[in-house]
Amino acid sequence: MSVYRYPVPPASEITPKSVVLNRRAFMAGAAGLAFASQVAPARAAEKLTTVASPFSTDEAPNPLDDISGYCNFYEFGTGKGDPASYAGDLTTRPWTIEVGGLVNNPGTLDIDDLMTNYTLEDRIYRLRCVEAWSMVVPWVGIPLASVLEKFDVQGSAKYVAFETLVRPEEMPGQRAGYRILPWPYVEGLRLDEAMHPLTILAVGLHGEVLPNQNGAPVRLVVPWKYGFKSIKSIVSIKFTEEEPPATWNLQNPREYGFYSNVNPQVDHPRWSQATERRIGGGLFAKRVETQMFNGYADQVASLYEGMDLSKYF
Amino acid sequence: MAQSKLWTAAPEWAVYAVGLVPAADLFVRAFSNALGADPLRILENGLGEWALRFLILGLAVTPLMRLARINLVKYRRALGLVAFIYVVLHLGVYLVLDKQFFWGEIGADIVKRPYITIGMAAFVLLVPLAVTSNRLSIRKMGAAGWRKLHRLVYPAVLFGAVHYLLLVKAWPPEPIIYLVIVVGLLALRFVKPARRARGGSPGLAREAVRQ
Repeated sequence: MSVYRYPVPPASEITPKSVVLNRRAFMAGAAGLAFASQVAPARAAEKLTTVASPFSTDEAPNPLDDISGYCNFYEFGTGKGDPASYAGDLTTRPWTIEVGGLVNNPGTLDIDDLMTNYTLEDRIYRLRCVEAWSMVVPWVGIPLASVLEKFDVQGSAKYVAFETLVRPEEMPGQRAGYRILPWPYVEGLRLDEAMHPLTILAVGLHGEVLPNQNGAPVRLVVPWKYGFKSIKSIVSIKFTEEEPPATWNLQNPREYGFYSNVNPQVDHPRWSQATERRIGGGLFAKRVETQMFNGYADQVASLYEGMDLSKYF
Repeated sequence: MAQSKLWTAAPEWAVYAVGLVPAADLFVRAFSNALGADPLRILENGLGEWALRFLILGLAVTPLMRLARINLVKYRRALGLVAFIYVVLHLGVYLVLDKQFFWGEIGADIVKRPYITIGMAAFVLLVPLAVTSNRLSIRKMGAAGWRKLHRLVYPAVLFGAVHYLLLVKAWPPEPIIYLVIVVGLLALRFVKPARRARGGSPGLAREAVRQ
């Protein structure tokens, strides 16, 4: 399956304008860099100050290479390695999330405020992909509820809608000759799901700043739902009264429901969801049984009491 | 002009030697943990994709002869058998390493999952072709009967390409491209050659006359 795709930069990228214009600054910087590189660690990711969380699993997390090298982020291509190959150029500063809809204080969230004004928590969560593989990911994040508090949600709001960045010049999947998915990628949660203490906005991974390919600078993580609900590189959050659209549900409503809770009893129409392969175990890794709500049933099952989960899948 | 001898200079066994290099490479890298985070997926999908590629090469032999007048019939059996070896390896990896002999789940897959059903059907169709890939079978069955049996390769390749398309999410380009190639090669079967020499294989007969 691994088909090598030639990276084809658009004409504007062949000679980056900033390099042309700031050649002097660039040269001066290079001298400093030459010195710095002698003392800097191999990977220049920024360390984050975090606190532990009781919501973390004690399962062993996958190494950073697994998590950052094996991704679904179709904005950068459909291959599992495409995001790692092509997300490097994504500009993640400045970055703001527009917050609006049914709120009394609409406004913006700035990524740097988000990272400095809140306590960053280590949340080691299981991640179950709808493709029947899984990982254990040590996210760094902030409960979504605590971030959204200040916008003063109106009583009529029942759902929260999320939207990913559209920037074809930096996202090769968005400028592919044919449409992989309708852009922007959109997702939604019911208000009580969004405000649940397990739901976080993640800004880091393994104690470091989130790699671009994992949804930098800020993404959603909803650990009891299939991975695609955890929308990446968020630029907009809106409160709504109606159920908001969700990309995979739009793409194929028969296969992907709005809820998309991990559920071993409800198969994907084309494959079983009863078991999963844990990534990182090598060629002979044992299949493991998929747990209801990805093992978070104690915390979230009550949200869905009385609902027919084979209908609201 | 006669076909250059360069086209058929290599012996038939060279197809096996070269054709099985990707399999060896995949297995060596899989066992030495050099296939990334999810070696099973790369190995399983890689073997399946190579099976499809060799089936397509086998399917291209006749159109090449008729339309480009390049006769590679000498290699067709080897191409088909290499494809079959990849199909067997692909199926084996699915049963042993992916499903790990969970026979209940495998049985349910075959019955309930169209992409598995159709993949299994392709395998079943290819078995009699592999078994009869020898001169003795041609002699015993008669050329016409043997040729009729081997038309099973048409649905088998089509099933293989659909099997690939059915297991992906959204519409990535690779499975669509394979399906288009397969449908194109099958459609060429229905295009009548411009001039057909009396009896036998048109390309060969024509060359024989001109020599």
